[in-house]
Amino acid sequence: MPPIIQGILNTSISEGLVYAFIAIGVFLTLRVLAFPDLTVDGSFVVGGSIVAVMIAGGYNPFLATIVAFVGGLACGAITGLLNTKLRIPALLAGILMMVGLYSVNLLIMGRPNIPLLRSVTMFDSIASWFGMARSTILVIIVFAVIAFIVFMLLNWFLRTEIGLALRASGDNEQMVRSLGVDTDKNILLGVAISNGLVALAGALVAQNQQFSDVNMGIGMIVMGLAAVIIGEALIHPRGVTSMLLAAFVGTFLYRLFITIAFRLGLAPGNLKLITALLVIIAMAIPYIQKKLRHEWMPPAARW
Amino acid sequence: MGENKSLLQLEGITKIFSRGTIDEVKALDNIKLDVNAEDYITIIGSNGAGKTTMLNLIAGVFPPERGGKVIINGNDITGLSEYKHAAYIGRVYQDPNIGTATKMTIEENLAMAVLRGQTRGLRAASNKQRRELFRSTLAPLGLGLEDRLNAMVGTLSSGQRQAVALVMATISKPALLLLDEHIANLDPRTAQIVLELTEMIVRQEKMTTMMVTHNMELALKYGNRLIMMHEGKIVVDLNQDQRTGLTINDLVTAFEQASGRKFIEDKILLRR
Ligand SMILES: Nc1ncnc2c1ncn2[C@@H]1O[C@H](COP(=O)(O)OP(=O)(O)OP(=O)(O)O)[C@@H](O)[C@H]1O
Ligand SMILES: [Mg+2]
Repeated sequence: MPPIIQGILNTSISEGLVYAFIAIGVFLTLRVLAFPDLTVDGSFVVGGSIVAVMIAGGYNPFLATIVAFVGGLACGAITGLLNTKLRIPALLAGILMMVGLYSVNLLIMGRPNIPLLRSVTMFDSIASWFGMARSTILVIIVFAVIAFIVFMLLNWFLRTEIGLALRASGDNEQMVRSLGVDTDKNILLGVAISNGLVALAGALVAQNQQFSDVNMGIGMIVMGLAAVIIGEALIHPRGVTSMLLAAFVGTFLYRLFITIAFRLGLAPGNLKLITALLVIIAMAIPYIQKKLRHEWMPPAARW
Repeated sequence: MGENKSLLQLEGITKIFSRGTIDEVKALDNIKLDVNAEDYITIIGSNGAGKTTMLNLIAGVFPPERGGKVIINGNDITGLSEYKHAAYIGRVYQDPNIGTATKMTIEENLAMAVLRGQTRGLRAASNKQRRELFRSTLAPLGLGLEDRLNAMVGTLSSGQRQAVALVMATISKPALLLLDEHIANLDPRTAQIVLELTEMIVRQEKMTTMMVTHNMELALKYGNRLIMMHEGKIVVDLNQDQRTGLTINDLVTAFEQASGRKFIEDKILLRR
């Protein structure tokens, strides 16, 4: 395989594996719980900040990664509480969290960014177990193992009694309550897991790129959405497994698309615009199709 | 089992909506009701009489005004949240979409319903044994649903969906079944089928049932007790003996006497 293609593939695979957690998070909130959650842009950085501060402070990188995950869980739980207990609309609750978390991340890191060049990340630790140097292949293998574990855990959890109730809460909350389930608790749990996964992605990305930056979360929600839309278009997920697979496939293709675009000379600064346009087009297509067929479509929700 | 064992008691139940505004409505006015185990009560009354409000209150959607009491099976459940009431109460609504999760399969819907009132854990939501239970519960309905466990509920007809909702409300054998005009949205033939299914399940499980209907003929034909509501009050309460032999005209007279109003069919929408 020509090295350039190999390079493109390596990048898309490793990024596809780790950013897929964000797509799964968006799937969980938006599609499963019908809870459009914008906390994501903030909780991604929470993962990065926690891991960077701890690793730079000499803590075990595995412990740091777990703490980052828990930090994300906490962010999601707060968003869930704002919505269920204080009755703040989901979208606004997420925006409030995203804005507030910007300052929180500065507080955690104490400055806008922390380099990890000379610190021992998870990848360095694992490489040293096997007496090797850190390499792209190693990173891909580590990501693949973690992605596999997350995939299997969610694939199991969403089929359990609690997982089923969680999924049903997004479909028909009234029914779920009338069957004796505390739907508030379910929404809280779902949004927490979603943001935990996003923070996990943030923690892994920070260790892979060897720095954490307070701005690294900007547009993550839109990227996750783009991946979800691509995955859905290709896989038409019907069940739990295909939904999770769609998140991985969608993220991989999205990363492949932008990696190639970069190689062809796309300026990195234009990435967010391209991603936003991609999502706008994908979301507008159903309406335009209906319009062409002279079908009626209700106005979009404003909340 | 004693014939007169009390299953549900409502005491001094008042419900006021939008209190203190010009829209203030007293939807329930000092209701007292004793429902015996295995009662099958049909409930009629004009629009806005408070029938749905009474069922919502029993189901815990909102609490009564201070002083009211809801007691079920001897437990005072006044003021507990809806999901806690749900342990005792199965419900079917007028709109089949409210009673089912349309983007989930029949199996998943039933797997949700079978655990009513139990703590949900990390066991698999469905398994071979439960699937057998679902099949054997659906088969007697005669709608072929037992072979379509993996069909999304959203792809079923509204009659089939209401049948699923009925099974979901009853599969865990709750103490009380609440039916709120659950056949009103169906075409006459499907309505008849769902009504017969209801009758079959209620009989078989000896389920204590409260059924709201606008159809006076049905209200007389089904059940063993008939309640008529008007302006938030129970104005007529007939037991089996008092009910037998009554005609729709007798009901109209009873309504006029109790409410002090002329029965105007259009206005109050009670169908003959
Ligand atoms: N959530 C609510 N908020 C404000 N008012 C309400 C609410 N629910 C019911 N009401 C009012 O309470 C009164 C009783 O309504 P309810 O729905 O119980 O009547 P109903 O007997 O079920 O009538 P129908 O036969 O039309 O279904 C009505 O005046 C109604 O407007
Ligand atoms: Mg009603």
